Amino acid sequence: MNQTIIKYYYGDYGDKEMPSGAGQHSPVANEWPLWEVFIRSKQGLDHKHVGSLHAADARMAIENARDVYTRRQEGVSIWVVESKYIHASNPDDAESFYEPANDKVYRHPTFYDLPDELTHM
Amino acid sequence: MTTQELEKNFQDKVDAEVRIEPRDWMPGKYRQTLIRQISQHAHSEIVGMLPEGNWISRAPSLKRKQILIAKVQDEAGHGLYLYSAAETLGITRDEMIEQLHSGKAKYSSIFNYPTITWADMGAIGWLVDGAAIMNQVPLCRTSYGPYSRAMIRVCKEESFHQRQGFESLLVLSNGTPEQRAMVQDAIDRWWWPSIMMFGPHDAESTNTEASMKWKIKRFSNDELRQRFVDMIAEQVKLLDMTLPDPELKWNEARGHYDFGKINWEEFWNVVSGNGPCNKQRLDARRKAWEEGAWVREAAKAHAEKRVLREKQQAA
Amino acid sequence: MPTTELFLYTLQLADSTLLMGQRHSEWTGHGPVLEQDIAITNIALDYLGQSRNLYQYAASLYNNAPETEKAAMDKYIPRLWKSFQRELQEDDLAFLREEHQFLNVLLTELPRGDWAFTVLKEFFYSAFLMNLYQDLLHSTDNQLAAIGEKSVKEVSYHLRWSSEWVIRLGDGTEESNTRLNNALADIWMFTGELFVPAAYEQIVVQQGVIKDPQLYKEPWQEKVRTIFQQALLDVPTPSWMQHGGKEGRHTEHMGYLLAEMQQLQRTYPNATW
Repeated sequence: MNQTIIKYYYGDYGDKEMPSGAGQHSPVANEWPLWEVFIRSKQGLDHKHVGSLHAADARMAIENARDVYTRRQEGVSIWVVESKYIHASNPDDAESFYEPANDKVYRHPTFYDLPDELTHM
Repeated sequence: MTTQELEKNFQDKVDAEVRIEPRDWMPGKYRQTLIRQISQHAHSEIVGMLPEGNWISRAPSLKRKQILIAKVQDEAGHGLYLYSAAETLGITRDEMIEQLHSGKAKYSSIFNYPTITWADMGAIGWLVDGAAIMNQVPLCRTSYGPYSRAMIRVCKEESFHQRQGFESLLVLSNGTPEQRAMVQDAIDRWWWPSIMMFGPHDAESTNTEASMKWKIKRFSNDELRQRFVDMIAEQVKLLDMTLPDPELKWNEARGHYDFGKINWEEFWNVVSGNGPCNKQRLDARRKAWEEGAWVREAAKAHAEKRVLREKQQAA
Repeated sequence: MPTTELFLYTLQLADSTLLMGQRHSEWTGHGPVLEQDIAITNIALDYLGQSRNLYQYAASLYNNAPETEKAAMDKYIPRLWKSFQRELQEDDLAFLREEHQFLNVLLTELPRGDWAFTVLKEFFYSAFLMNLYQDLLHSTDNQLAAIGEKSVKEVSYHLRWSSEWVIRLGDGTEESNTRLNNALADIWMFTGELFVPAAYEQIVVQQGVIKDPQLYKEPWQEKVRTIFQQALLDVPTPSWMQHGGKEGRHTEHMGYLLAEMQQLQRTYPNATW
């Protein structure tokens, strides 16, 4: 599918004016730090990443998360962590990280051949 | 890997409908296109708060006031989700806001039209949000992960804005003669700008950007516009109102509604700053931002003081 | 038990919470940062929700009152409504009463001001409401008790939010501290009215429905002292306080607020929206 059609989306009027892009930050003096937000939607479930927001401190980040991400009762518990403290795996390592697990079928329940009569296991 | 190999890897993933995530390799142009599109979308949400916000203080009932405030607040939320998605590409929110305020970044022209009567609140919900949803639903499957996740959230919340708008017009259309006149007038003013929201005709688009190939975008302007016209042309009957287009007519052969010529001169003029409210909208945004500067600064200063005090106590 | 005084007291709370919501919602789309735009809007929505519950209750008190009581309430009923030939509704009370029929405390009608003004006003009012609602939920009046129970959770968040902002601005930058002090100078004289019961309020106190608002003064002052200490603010010395809102005597700001808010209902009386 190599067809190229310009699509003027909601608010998108072409690239005559290109925003400055990746990594060319002009230092922004007073921007509040960025926080990642994790919400437990109900008791018994894990906290799940839902997005991010800006806040001056952790307290404010939790309150902002409450106001921004739980307006429709989406959560019962909130975690926030300043984005700069997140350490992430490198996608270039994906092969060495995840592919070795590919052939470890013995880690999966279907690997074990059991008689059909055996139930509740 | 060579750039060529990286590009091929990237395109293979996109073709296989594998989402691209922030730390994945991506072509520079893909990143730029996304930053532009997502930030302009975010700006549209934020500027879009203004025409509707214009009626919050005058909403005609307590219930309508609540509904309107909550709706405008949802738009703030949408702007926030989108700014966050753009930030994963390596631009800060303040930079994007700066681009909006300097006039460098655009936002949807529809918000440069004035909201003159209460019926405009319903018409915006029904027509403007209706057109926006048509554009936004396909974006939930866009190739960039954070954008697609933000759009899923947006669409979830937005889906009922259109219903809300229609319901509000329905009530007015069953009301007094003055209320009915208000509805027709609002439809007359918002119809053409709404269908312009889908952008220029496909045939007139000379840009060679690779958005379709990269699956940032999935349907053409005219496809979506036609769907919208077909939908609204039926719904307007339920309001017992008309659309301001004498050429609007069901075309049996095409299985679609035919409609009249769009005034592209007006469209481009509004885009380039000559709309009735361009200046007013940007001025309002700049004013809020400038008047908020000391607040943002104070909160930051206070947070820094706290950290310092905690360190001193620990020492 | 006569209900005229209860009706007026309910209106006093309804009017005050409505105007808090009305003023706060002036920030929607104009907040200092997106996250706080959303936060102040949430608070506005909470207040509007409270006011609707209260207006609905007030309307039902009126609709169910015997004729003699209705005559006593008449002074506060919008004249325009009488031509509608239907039961009194929440919107009639909010959008058709005249200025002197509004019983909100003056504090709530003051113009929005800057962020310092808004958070300080919110702090003063929610610190008061917190005490009030905590008692209201034990009220002998079931309806008010239910409203108190729902609202106290909301207000407890408003108080937390506004306390933190008062501290942030007080102990933030020189400019924010100055602005907060300016706001304090402007607002302080409107806080006294919260604790002085109007004549109808005293009767509701005697009926055992609510507690005497004078009782809230001490815990309120204590809260103000605690927060002001962290905000590096001095609590003003006792001084002359403004009164009148609870009796329908308002500031010059009120007329403009109502003209704007009531415009559509007055232009198209008894229309459905």
